[in-house]
Amino acid sequence: MTWLLVVVGGMIGAPCRYLMDRAVQRRHSSGFPWGTLAVNMSGSLVLGVLVGARLTGAAPENLMVFAATGFCGAYTTYSTFSYETLRLAETGARGAAFANVALSVSAALGAAVMGLGVAKAVWGG
Amino acid sequence: MSHPPHTPDGAAPDPAESHRANLPLPPPEPVDPDLGPELAPSERPESQAPVLLAIALGGGLGAVIRYGATVLWPTPAGSFPWTVLVVNVVGCAAMGVLMALLTEVWPDAPRLTRPFLGTGVLGGFTTFSTYAVDVQTLFDGGSPGRALGTLVLTVAAALAAVAGASWLTRSAVRLGRAEGSLA
Repeated sequence: MTWLLVVVGGMIGAPCRYLMDRAVQRRHSSGFPWGTLAVNMSGSLVLGVLVGARLTGAAPENLMVFAATGFCGAYTTYSTFSYETLRLAETGARGAAFANVALSVSAALGAAVMGLGVAKAVWGG
Repeated sequence: MSHPPHTPDGAAPDPAESHRANLPLPPPEPVDPDLGPELAPSERPESQAPVLLAIALGGGLGAVIRYGATVLWPTPAGSFPWTVLVVNVVGCAAMGVLMALLTEVWPDAPRLTRPFLGTGVLGGFTTFSTYAVDVQTLFDGGSPGRALGTLVLTVAAALAAVAGASWLTRSAVRLGRAEGSLA
């Protein structure tokens, strides 16, 4: 049963990532992977809220398996991020590659902090 | 996304590999691995359903493999999140291999290969959100060293993995081609 929740969450998360990435990338022509950055940032925000809720006892196990492990895990990606960084570096845009790493990590971390904070504010004891 | 200015049109010819001169140049490879030449942003929506399904199936599979790894090798609260780190690094290495193969050996692979394996399985397998939240909860839990270690080691290992795996795959392919042309 738990496995099924992960599968379903993943089956929703991955296409959402693709659609969000395309939606963002369609709106600019710089070649910088803003789409993946947006995905990883928003996914980290959601996971921050979920984990924060879990820590206060507000989120049941099944919800975590579906939404955190399944959805957020599939929605966000390290493989696309690292490959895009590599491609930027390979095509001579080393500054952009470095910026992608710095921005992606800080944006996701900031979003995680925010999510955890929101959960604590809403459900915290 | 039209081909961005800094993405070269095809691979730069390597003087040491003149035996490749007669091969057609590969199609321009975008930075975004979700977009093969066959999946331009202008593609009609009605042909997107199979792509989305392939991504969904791959994503479910990747997610459940990741979950299986965390069940096999659980990370107690507060300890270094090795399992997710290894998952991410393995996924990035696999991405390097996959993309090198798709661009160098099988540019005419079935059009759902990349959405299923790349965007789907590997995108579903690897995770950025778990990484970010892990770093923060380690820091909040009073382990700034482990937090920083997770932060830096994951990025470094993941980038080394995708770059190294891509390079190794391309080298193996070129070695195979060189030997083939000598036959």
